Amino acid sequence: MAAKKTVPVRKVVVETNPVSKNARVWKFGDDIDTDAIIPGRFLIINNPDELAKHAFEGTRDEFAKKVKAGDVIVGGRNFGCGSSREHAPLALVGAGVKVVVARSFARIFFRNSINVGVLPIVCPDADTIADGAKITLKIKDGCIEADGKKYAIEPVPAFMQGIIDAGGLVEYARNIKEIPVCTR
Amino acid sequence: MTATIVEKIFSRKCGSEIRAGEVVMAPLDGAMIHDITGPLAIQKFYEMGGKKVFDPKRVIMLFDHQIPADSIEAANNHVYMRKFAKEQDIHNYDINEGVCHQVTIEKGRAAPGEIVVGADSHTCMYGAAGAFATGIGSTDMGFALKFGALYFKVPETIRAEVSGKFQKRVGAKDLILAIAADIGADGATYKAIEFAGKTVHKLDMAGRMTLCNMAIEMGGKAGIVAPDKVTWEYMKGRRKMKPFELDSDTGAKFAEKRTYDVSSLEPQVAVPHNVDTGVPISKVAGTHIDQVFIGSCTNGRFEDMAEAAEVLGKKKFNPKIRVIIIPASRDEYLRTLKAGLIEKFVKAGALVEAPCCGPCMGGAFGLIAPGEVSLSTSNRNFKGRQGSTDGKVYLCSPATAAASAITGEITDPREV
Repeated sequence: MAAKKTVPVRKVVVETNPVSKNARVWKFGDDIDTDAIIPGRFLIINNPDELAKHAFEGTRDEFAKKVKAGDVIVGGRNFGCGSSREHAPLALVGAGVKVVVARSFARIFFRNSINVGVLPIVCPDADTIADGAKITLKIKDGCIEADGKKYAIEPVPAFMQGIIDAGGLVEYARNIKEIPVCTR
Repeated sequence: MTATIVEKIFSRKCGSEIRAGEVVMAPLDGAMIHDITGPLAIQKFYEMGGKKVFDPKRVIMLFDHQIPADSIEAANNHVYMRKFAKEQDIHNYDINEGVCHQVTIEKGRAAPGEIVVGADSHTCMYGAAGAFATGIGSTDMGFALKFGALYFKVPETIRAEVSGKFQKRVGAKDLILAIAADIGADGATYKAIEFAGKTVHKLDMAGRMTLCNMAIEMGGKAGIVAPDKVTWEYMKGRRKMKPFELDSDTGAKFAEKRTYDVSSLEPQVAVPHNVDTGVPISKVAGTHIDQVFIGSCTNGRFEDMAEAAEVLGKKKFNPKIRVIIIPASRDEYLRTLKAGLIEKFVKAGALVEAPCCGPCMGGAFGLIAPGEVSLSTSNRNFKGRQGSTDGKVYLCSPATAAASAITGEITDPREV
C-alpha cells in the first residue's frame, strides 16, 4: 500500500434509523477491546477501507473476509473498551457495519462510534442473540428482531441524539464559528 | 452545597454550581495529540472548517508511539503533524521528549483545577496533578482543537479510600491492580475515580500517576487525587500558580465509596487477557516468561527504575529472557542515567531504549511471538496488545518485573 499523507474526506453519516433487514449477526463476547477490533500495528493506517481489511485480525480472521455491508455486530458487556483509537469504529465503517448492538459499551468507543457514523445500540438481552442470526432493526419502534424474536433496546442519550440529529459532530461543527461555553 | 472534586472543577471553570449528571460545554485548558491519533484529529479539524486552533499554546503535540519512525507510513504521519504544528504555531515536542502523558504533566501542561483532554485513553493520568483529564477520540479532538471546548457529561465519582502501610516492595501498581480487580473492567464506566485516604497522600507523584493512569482500565472517565503539598511542590517551576484548596467536601455525594487496606496487600499480577484479573503473586509465581518490559506511562518514571534497580541489586538478569527497559521521558531518562541505573541495567543484561511507548504500543518493536509470554509494567494485557494474539501478557509492578527478570519466571519481589 502506498503511504498516504492525508485521509480522504468521507462524509460521516450517522443514520438515526438504519435499515438492516435480515442482516447477518457477527456475535462477540464481553470486554471486546479496541486492540481486538484493530490491532496496534495497523494504526499507521487512517483509511477506513484499508483498516477494514484488518478488522478483528488475530481475534476472528474470517470477519474481514466475509463481512458484508449492512451486517450487524452484536457484543456483550463493555464493548469497545481500551484505547481511544478512532481507528476501531472506522474499521467497522470500512467494513460496511453501520450498527453495533451490545449489552453495554465503553464510554470512548460509544462516543467515537457516533462521531464516525456507527450507531451503538444498547440492548440488555444482547447476550442471547446468536452468531449468524438474521437481524432486523426497528429502531424507531425501540426494538430489534433477531431470528424472529423481539428485543427491547435503549434510546441514545438525549445530548448524543442531538448531535446525531445535527448530522453528526463534524457537520454540526462545520456550521458554527464559535461555541458558547458553559451552556448546558 | 457539598460537591466532589470533579464537580468543583467544572463549577470553578464555569462560575456556577455544576453537579454530576449535567451536560456542559466546558472550556478546555489543554488538548493533547500524538502520532497515532493526531493525524485523524487534524483531518477532522479541517473537515469541521477549522482554520486556526483555539489557542496554539494550549495544544500539546508530541510523537511517542512510533519513534523514531518505524515505517514509511509512520514517518508520513509525523511529517503531516509537523506541518500542522508549523502552520498553527504549535510547539511540537516531536520525538524528543517521551511518552505523552508523562511529558504533559512534567512540562506543567496539566495543573490542579484544570480541564484537559487528550486523544489517548490514558489521559486520565493527569488527575495525579489535580486536573480533570479524560481521553477522547479524534473527531472530538477535532472539535476541541477548533473551539477549545467540548461537551462533557459531568461524571459521578467513586471514592476509593486507601489506608494502611505498604509492605516492602509492594506499592501503587499493586494497589491499582487490586482496585481494578475489585471494581471490574467496566465498574467505573462514565464515572470518575477519586483516590483518597492517608496512604494515597503519602504516595509520591510517580505513585499517584500510576493510580490515575489506570482509571480507564475500569472504564473510568477520569482518575483524580486531591492536590496537596506533594502536588504543589511538584508544580513549582513547572507552572506559576498559587496553591489553592481543592478537595471533595465531607458529605459530597459519591456514586459509591470503597475502602482498601494495603497492610496485608501482596504483590499483584493481572493475568491474560483482561486488566481486572489481578491475583496475589503467590497464585502465579513460577509462571514461565520470555520477555520483561519495565516502562510505559504507567510505570516508566525514575522512581519505578529505582525500584527495579533496588530489587536487582548486584545480580544479573536471566540471559534466557529479553529485558526491555524504557524510561518514560527525557527527564526520567536523565534522572535514571545520572543515578547510574542505566549502566547498571545494561551491565545486568537489559536493553535500555530511548523514551517512547515501546512494546505497549503493540506495533513498533518489542513484540512477542505466538506462544510467548510477556511480563510488563504497562497498563493493558489484552490479547495481541504486545504482538501475537497467541501470546500472553501479564501485568505487574516494577519490583515484580525486576525480580522475575532475574529468575526468568514470575517471582515475588519480597523473596529475591
